[in-house]
Amino acid sequence: MNEKSITILEPGLLSSIQDIGRYGFQKYGVPVSGAMDSFALRSANVLVGNEMNDACIEMTVIGPSIKFNYGALISVTGGDLSIKINGEKVDRWSAINVEAGSVLTSDGIRDGMRAYLAISGGINVPVIMGSRSTYIPAAFGGYKGRPLMAGDELLIGDPNPKTSHIARTLPEELEPVHYGHSHIIRVVLGPQNKSFTTESINTFFDSRYVVSNNCDRTGYRLSGPQLKHQGNADIISDGTQIGSIQVPADGNPIILMSDRGPTGGYAKIGTVISTDLGLIAQSRPDDNLVFRQVSVKEAESAFLEQESILYSMDPNIFKNASDKVKSTLSKTSSSLSPYLENDQNKLDMTATAKLKGKTFSFGISIESN
Amino acid sequence: MTQLPTLNYAGDQGILVEFGDKIDVTLNDRVRNLMCLMEQSQEDWIVDLVPSYKSLLVIFNPTLSPRKHIENYIIELASNIDKSSESADRIIKIPTLYGSEFGMDLEFVASNSNLTTTEVISLHSQPNYRVFMIGFAPGFPYLGGLNQKLATPRLENPRLKIPAGSVGIADNQTGIYPNDSPGGWQLIGRTPLNLFDLSREKPSLLIAGDYIKFEPLENLDEYSAIQNEIKSNNYKLEISILDNQKTNEPESHE
Repeated sequence: MNEKSITILEPGLLSSIQDIGRYGFQKYGVPVSGAMDSFALRSANVLVGNEMNDACIEMTVIGPSIKFNYGALISVTGGDLSIKINGEKVDRWSAINVEAGSVLTSDGIRDGMRAYLAISGGINVPVIMGSRSTYIPAAFGGYKGRPLMAGDELLIGDPNPKTSHIARTLPEELEPVHYGHSHIIRVVLGPQNKSFTTESINTFFDSRYVVSNNCDRTGYRLSGPQLKHQGNADIISDGTQIGSIQVPADGNPIILMSDRGPTGGYAKIGTVISTDLGLIAQSRPDDNLVFRQVSVKEAESAFLEQESILYSMDPNIFKNASDKVKSTLSKTSSSLSPYLENDQNKLDMTATAKLKGKTFSFGISIESN
Repeated sequence: MTQLPTLNYAGDQGILVEFGDKIDVTLNDRVRNLMCLMEQSQEDWIVDLVPSYKSLLVIFNPTLSPRKHIENYIIELASNIDKSSESADRIIKIPTLYGSEFGMDLEFVASNSNLTTTEVISLHSQPNYRVFMIGFAPGFPYLGGLNQKLATPRLENPRLKIPAGSVGIADNQTGIYPNDSPGGWQLIGRTPLNLFDLSREKPSLLIAGDYIKFEPLENLDEYSAIQNEIKSNNYKLEISILDNQKTNEPESHE
């Protein structure tokens, strides 16, 4: 088969097509959806030379079996679902070349909860309201608005010739090597922290919460010490953000995730910082969460540092970024300064240093342009 | 003088801009006007804007602008919103067939309110209802202005499937189901209009700040005629402009 496509042989537990989400339509009541672990999805894309927002497959607990109908450059990031290619375990957080006819399989979860499969060129499904993400409850987006099923054939876009020839790995010190079962989650207070007693806010940050069985793409219900409201638990409905921690009258917190409704009517004690949303996405029932309060300034620094990691993986991405992004991120991370100087020798060295001595059919040279 | 909003943290990429703490048309106007100004500005750091009854959630990209700058920008825009945006209020007519199998709870609502079904239809189709926000489900409008005589409790056992277009009452609210969905509202009628259609550039028929008016249809023939016009793309929405001088704004309800 010449066409760039993949065929789903077995769907796994819950595999769906996601990008970073459907923004701009919340005013019409349309949920954002998108990857639960946005950092893992964007890393997967950068590793294979895609745009950060290209569509990937989000795999949950047990991954799918997929046949590659052509030779493709792929990457797997996020949780460890024991993903194998033709029976051989793959290195996560690295670009890998697979030959036509290869089969990807999963032996199931070893660490984390969700993994992302990026394919150079991105999965080519129709763009609905600016996004390729699947919103399963209302059956739109992604592939036919539903989780993937056996027999589905997905078309893959054309790889970007400027970026897809560089085979990359995420620098080891930056990989979330092991998620484990206990997570420290940083939280910015608000917007409705005044709806809670001071004692309850202290309890929230002092205690251990356990992820309940009610955890899915919409939200994570937690069990632990119950929180008390000052007055009413219900508020006049307002906008929700990914990571919003809402507390209904029963006092048990719920962390809102990708498929949340755009508005909600419960008081929100705080918001999980962007950088730690991946840890929520990778936690599973019975995992322990301890919340730590941080200032919005600390939260922003953490986010910009994580962004600079993504941009430092590929000099081309950083070179093509807007001046604003360059100036913000180079202030945050010294690792980006050689890119800013635009010194081609330094660029070559930086990119080559990230290769792990494998052979890649797309070549390893960096174009100077 | 314009009352300035308060800004609250919604994480490291969100700012909740709050104009007050009640359900009120004036506050909702400010939310809508601030959103319009921000949309017109086309600032690159705007990721999304989520309007609700009395607040606007601004989601931004911190790599493109520092929070402090955005906060100042919002306060400056907000200090001008009352005089700057005099965008006209649209009233959208919603043709509705009341009663029969389309509104199977009409008689219950009537007996619960000690009214005849004709009186219920008349009271329900009289006001211009304010769309305070769209939420809960794609295209679902939160409406203000129901005559309190019509307030009726929800069904004790929610129905598994309510057809798209159903018009219902739940306590002191009235609403329209945009899609087939389960629900516990008392159904009094149905509109042939598609409130949410993915094939449209703006998928939702309504947006926060609109007004709607229910227009009773005489019979199933009229309903089917409109339905056919919609199917063949020949239906023209009836939109008029609300005369703000008349004080026929819906009363706020808490």
